[in-house]
Amino acid sequence: MSEAVAVHGAVEPAETPLTPESWGKLGMWLFLAGDAMSFGGLIVAYGALRYHSKSWPVPAEVLGINLTALMTFLLIVSSVTMVLALAGLQEGDKPRFNKFMSFTILGGALFLGLQAYEWTHLIGHTLPHYNLAFGKDLFATTFFVLTGFHGMHVTGGVIYNSSVLAAVNRGRYQAKHVEIAGLYWHFVDLVWILIFTFVYLL
Amino acid sequence: MSSTAHSHHNYIKIFIILSVLTAVEIGITFLGLPRKLLVSLLVGLAVWKAALVALHFMHLKLEKKTLTIIAIVPFVLCVFLSLMLLPDIFPR
Repeated sequence: MSEAVAVHGAVEPAETPLTPESWGKLGMWLFLAGDAMSFGGLIVAYGALRYHSKSWPVPAEVLGINLTALMTFLLIVSSVTMVLALAGLQEGDKPRFNKFMSFTILGGALFLGLQAYEWTHLIGHTLPHYNLAFGKDLFATTFFVLTGFHGMHVTGGVIYNSSVLAAVNRGRYQAKHVEIAGLYWHFVDLVWILIFTFVYLL
Repeated sequence: MSSTAHSHHNYIKIFIILSVLTAVEIGITFLGLPRKLLVSLLVGLAVWKAALVALHFMHLKLEKKTLTIIAIVPFVLCVFLSLMLLPDIFPR
């Protein structure tokens, strides 16, 4: 950067002051801050609607937490494999990166499969039993909007991670691109930790 | 800030803490605690887990402090939003 200044005089800085090694990293953090507001708005609205309601089904009864506990654990594991994949690539260990990145993608895909099973079971059996339905009552509606919005983020993340895995192996992406994808993936995990607590446990 | 060699056992340590906290979260729902106490504990545990993911997996701890401020802003705004909604949740 200093050569550019020496040759051209005053030039825009080539690095961001906050994350000098990568504009993309700052961009992703700022995007995540905005996305956090989207989720935050939904979660706060959920709380407001729930506590303003005269009655609300007991989540542990209707939703059950066994499957969701597994899903939570799965997402946490996939976050670990993601950060290990990044560490592997930073150390130049491509096979290690490939292994852990693949596990991360698999974990995400498995999470989506479990969520699809959970939803199918809820829609087909459990909710009708309690006379609940999306669009009819607030419990079901807020549940599907919140978990569905998150599930879409997981889907995007699985596609994103798969693209990054392919691009690294084609030599087009490096560790810093994986780090940015990692930020998104950890965010998705973090949001689920909050959803799990507010929607299923409380 | 260049990346240093991250000690892998540190990530595993964080993972174990996250797993234990998750188990504790699930466990205390069965204790029949008073509602307000349960809410405080679960929210506290969830925030702790979220902070661990942010600080260690997202490497927020290694970044400049200003980035942490950027990351915290949404949470502060959401707390503010909750407070602003209280009159609508409990009108009287």
